[in-house]
Amino acid sequence: MSGIVTRNDIQADIISSFQTAKFGEAKESRAKAIAGLEKLGLPTSKSEEYRFTPITKILEKHFIWENKIAESSITSIDDFLIANLDANVLVFINGSYSKSFSKIISTESQVRVKTLWDAFQHEKEIINTFFDKVIHSDADPFTAMNSAFWQEGAFVYVPEDTIVDKPILILHINDASTSQVIAHTRLLVVIEKNSQLTVIEKFDSIGQQAAFHTLSEELVVNENAQLEYCKIQNDQGNSYQVANTAIHQSSSSKVNTFTLTLSGKLVRNNFDITIDGENCESHFHGLYLLNGHTVADNHTTVDHKQPNSFSNEIYKGIMDDHAKGVFNGKIFVRPHAQKTNAFQSNRNILTSENATINTKPQLEIWADDVKCSHGCTTGQLDEEALFYLQSRGISYDTAKAMLLYAFAAEVLEPIKNETLKGYLDYLISERLHKDF
Amino acid sequence: MLTIKHLEAKVAEKQILNGINLTVNAGEVHAIMGPNGSGKSTLASVLSGREDYEVTSGEVEFNGKNLLELSPEDRAREGIFMAFQYPVEIPGVSTINFMKTALNQIREYRGQPTLDAVSFLTLMKEKMKLVEIDQSLLNRALNQGFSGGEKKRNEIFQMAMLEPKLAILDETDSGLDIDALRIVANGVNKLRSKNNAIIVVTHYQRLLDYIVPDFVHVLYKGKIVKSGTKELALELEAKGYDWIKNEVAVA
Repeated sequence: MSGIVTRNDIQADIISSFQTAKFGEAKESRAKAIAGLEKLGLPTSKSEEYRFTPITKILEKHFIWENKIAESSITSIDDFLIANLDANVLVFINGSYSKSFSKIISTESQVRVKTLWDAFQHEKEIINTFFDKVIHSDADPFTAMNSAFWQEGAFVYVPEDTIVDKPILILHINDASTSQVIAHTRLLVVIEKNSQLTVIEKFDSIGQQAAFHTLSEELVVNENAQLEYCKIQNDQGNSYQVANTAIHQSSSSKVNTFTLTLSGKLVRNNFDITIDGENCESHFHGLYLLNGHTVADNHTTVDHKQPNSFSNEIYKGIMDDHAKGVFNGKIFVRPHAQKTNAFQSNRNILTSENATINTKPQLEIWADDVKCSHGCTTGQLDEEALFYLQSRGISYDTAKAMLLYAFAAEVLEPIKNETLKGYLDYLISERLHKDF
Repeated sequence: MLTIKHLEAKVAEKQILNGINLTVNAGEVHAIMGPNGSGKSTLASVLSGREDYEVTSGEVEFNGKNLLELSPEDRAREGIFMAFQYPVEIPGVSTINFMKTALNQIREYRGQPTLDAVSFLTLMKEKMKLVEIDQSLLNRALNQGFSGGEKKRNEIFQMAMLEPKLAILDETDSGLDIDALRIVANGVNKLRSKNNAIIVVTHYQRLLDYIVPDFVHVLYKGKIVKSGTKELALELEAKGYDWIKNEVAVA
């Protein structure tokens, strides 16, 4: 490779690589997706949706496009597990499923956990009903990219009337110690009527080479079912991630989500919740605690399609050093969705002069009998509160940590699993230097 | 204990204090009174180390140390406590955690061992009784949603916990009804000893019915223009501040 690569070249590389790649499954949806990608094109600096996250430029500059699983020399996953969490563990290294590191402890009658390849063989009916149906490959170039190139994924199915007591922990570990990593991973979760499940996804990376990871994730929460869904994005080094996540809720279902973004060069989350039933409840929480040159971009959508449901979205961020945060929150309330309660808040604290945040709420309400509100704030630490704490003998650094921690910890409240909550609390405390 | 000499200070380019002289010894209670805008709260803020206030001249010595060189937290660790006129509401931080952190950082500064959870709770229970404050209040986020009386009671509870050498009560009576005032004053009186001193900053005499001062000073236009004993406060209550203003004008 020499000379200057232009955008068209990387796009052409990607498209032409599709012709020579060998895919065992989903040939039809892949072909449709690559056509979609070609039509959509990779975002340019003028694309409104990717204005702050120049992923195409990054692909041009840091990656040589290829369709292969990067090699890894990881011999232990202990560093990446969550201590004391009694969970079903699924491990993906560089996008490839690692059978030896994974451990399923729940019975198959409670929950069917397998790889997506496996599900294509043995869960054809569910795959045909849901795979690539919840997420829209034709709406976003990276969803299309993932649908065309996905290498492996996790499949989780909970039958009716089942409370799965052990969470599903999915570890995505990217090992970029010897070469670049390009990974495309999927998730399909289906929770049938009256059932309950907790899913935790944790992202880690090692090595100094560049890593690019796309994810397309589909979660179906049927009538009266409950989902707790937590993402922990703690990639180190030269990691770039674009995660497209779509949750579909049916009547009387409950969803709690929590996305914690701590590290990585760039994280882009496109996270959509469709509320397609009455009496649903959704708590949609996010926290981004950024430092260094990390860029975290959360684009979220809550789509109320049916009446009488409640959604509450709270995203909070603390940006230090040269970090950059982006929040874009869309709420749609469709004409039919009367008596909807939809709330959104985005609050940010900048602790450095060089840190930035771009925040944009976007409410589109077609129904007339609804309660909706949104608010976004950006500020520095409250000087008066700092002085109050200092005037009692507390050092400036501790006072600052106390206030930041108090600001951040609020979003942890809905999390029910105490071990998980404790772990998240530990990560937040560590990042904010809370040592009291 | 505290010696203030020719203290001058300004805030936002406005000169407020114009040469304060004051000496406070252990065991004494001093009341600082004066009309609105005379500089009472500015004096309290300068002593506690609030950043917006710029000292332009003079010195403040506290137990042999140059107070003006110390950070707000080091002033507290040296034994200064200010009860705020408007205590700050801090969501997400419980009073208990806050006090434990404060007390232990003060103890570390003084070379004392930090308190473990059990000793801390024992101490807290003892002080709660002293100032008649309920534990449920202390479990809540610091001052959040507290009534005016609850906030002031919490200030006195913190004072009891930290056992300062010098407490400055900045308009502690403002916004209190008579019952709350009595409870707060009782708390302060129980904390009075021959080893500590208290400066009571107040506009009205009524707090001084409960916390009886040894000395009363009248602050006017940034200077102490008159000093006396508790009788001076009664005289001010009866006659208002105008006669003092006239005296100053004549002089």
